[in-house]
Amino acid sequence: MECAFGITGKDYVLLCSDMAAGRSIIRMKSDENKIKALGPHLAMAYGGEPGDTNNFAEYVERNMRLYHIRNHYPLLPASASAWIRRTLAESIRSRNPYAVNLLLAGYDTTTSKPHLYWIDYLGTKAVVPYAAHGMGVYVSLSTMDKWWFNDMNKREGVEVLKKCIDEVQKRITVHFNFNCILIDKDGIHNINIDSQDPLAELESESKAASGDIVVDAPNSPLDVGVTA
Amino acid sequence: MNSVLTQLQPSAPHQNRLEEQDELDRTDAASWGSMAGFGNLDRTGGVQGMSIPRVSDPTSFLDMHTDNMSSNPDAKIKIAHGTTTLAFKFQGGVIVAVDSRATAGSYVASGTVKKVIEINKFLLGTMAGGAADCQYWETYLGMQCRLYELRNKERISVAAASKILSNIVYQYKGMGLSMGTMVCGWDKTGPCIFYVDSDGQRLKGDLFSVGSGSTFAYGVLDQGYRWDLTDEEAQELGRRSIIAAGHRDAYSGNTCNLYHVKENGWDFIGNYDVNELWYEYEGKKKAERESQNAAAAAGASPMAVEP
Repeated sequence: MECAFGITGKDYVLLCSDMAAGRSIIRMKSDENKIKALGPHLAMAYGGEPGDTNNFAEYVERNMRLYHIRNHYPLLPASASAWIRRTLAESIRSRNPYAVNLLLAGYDTTTSKPHLYWIDYLGTKAVVPYAAHGMGVYVSLSTMDKWWFNDMNKREGVEVLKKCIDEVQKRITVHFNFNCILIDKDGIHNINIDSQDPLAELESESKAASGDIVVDAPNSPLDVGVTA
Repeated sequence: MNSVLTQLQPSAPHQNRLEEQDELDRTDAASWGSMAGFGNLDRTGGVQGMSIPRVSDPTSFLDMHTDNMSSNPDAKIKIAHGTTTLAFKFQGGVIVAVDSRATAGSYVASGTVKKVIEINKFLLGTMAGGAADCQYWETYLGMQCRLYELRNKERISVAAASKILSNIVYQYKGMGLSMGTMVCGWDKTGPCIFYVDSDGQRLKGDLFSVGSGSTFAYGVLDQGYRWDLTDEEAQELGRRSIIAAGHRDAYSGNTCNLYHVKENGWDFIGNYDVNELWYEYEGKKKAERESQNAAAAAGASPMAVEP
């Protein structure tokens, strides 16, 4: 019972995940953050077997951090996706495999291109322009097929995402709250998808920052949304 | 020393004989002596050679003979299940309330179980699922917390303590551990509750209820919960929720144990009989209803006179 979306645009990528956590039919929490920042321009939304999910996410996070410390630059999205896929592919062939599905979203600062990867627990990786995991697959893939187009600007992207969330909330019996981020050249931003204009805050921020030289702090503490 | 150790630790057939010898050589007498009171821990406090069934596949063996993994509910060994535990944060700290019934299958094995484990002056752990698993690992957690305190000259945070526990149970994932516990306490950040279960799941939150009666407890707790509850109101809400679950859930009941965690440690508030309190609540409800009706009748009579 989970739900995650990813949508790429012209120079950004959106990532969105539900925030429910519990055991069988009981929801014990509805504000659990299931998106993890893995670097200044990289994040993933994860779901699957309880316990495995957090453990695997933290394992990936620490390894990405280690790479960054050793090399003074973060792993690019393409390489990160390959490393994660391989880790899962080795895991599924081990005695105690991780049952974790994830959407990996990143912004490649060298080519200025957004990236989105659909990865499942079997070690399947697909490079996709938009994707869903969990309940979202059933109702929102067609929504994205219909409304998504190449090189969307931020506003158009957020509109598509809103349509997807709206569809899930309309047709899936379980109620979800959603947590949303946007990754662009400036890094990872939180987005309040429930607000009237989710981009207003972000735009006013970037307007204030324009003119300043953006210095990319290599080891800035990264945390997205509500933390456990 | 090695000969004593060899006697104490029967060899597991799946283990390589040489590896085992190496392991024994590394364990020195001092560490064994100092830890002799608690299972089989090595010098660093790690668990060594925990006893497991001496068969080729211990996991499936346990699966066959216990009702733990629910693939075989008719198994001969019924593990103690069925509980109601709850904990919530509010303005005045943390309330922890639990029932005291232990069941094995349909048999009530005990009605006086302590389901709150006092890890130290500032930390409480609750017990749901396998009683032995919870008791063992939460006592072990208490040792680790004390060691942390000695090493770092400060108290462990609730977040760190709960993570020690979740890391341990995650190591044993799929091997039959069964526990759903709330690690509650007060640290530098204030009051704190973490839910940790045998899946390896660990959640931070304001309000949790765990066990077979948790659904019933949630029903009362959620409806009466506010952040700005007074101490008395909060204690009453915790108690009332356990009574409600003890009444509805066959696997919960007997008595309710209530704890209140404040800035300078936890207080044990009291032990309450579920049945006695239930009928007291029922009596009060009835009396209130009657007095309301009487007042309504008295108020309504002038209306009745009207044409």
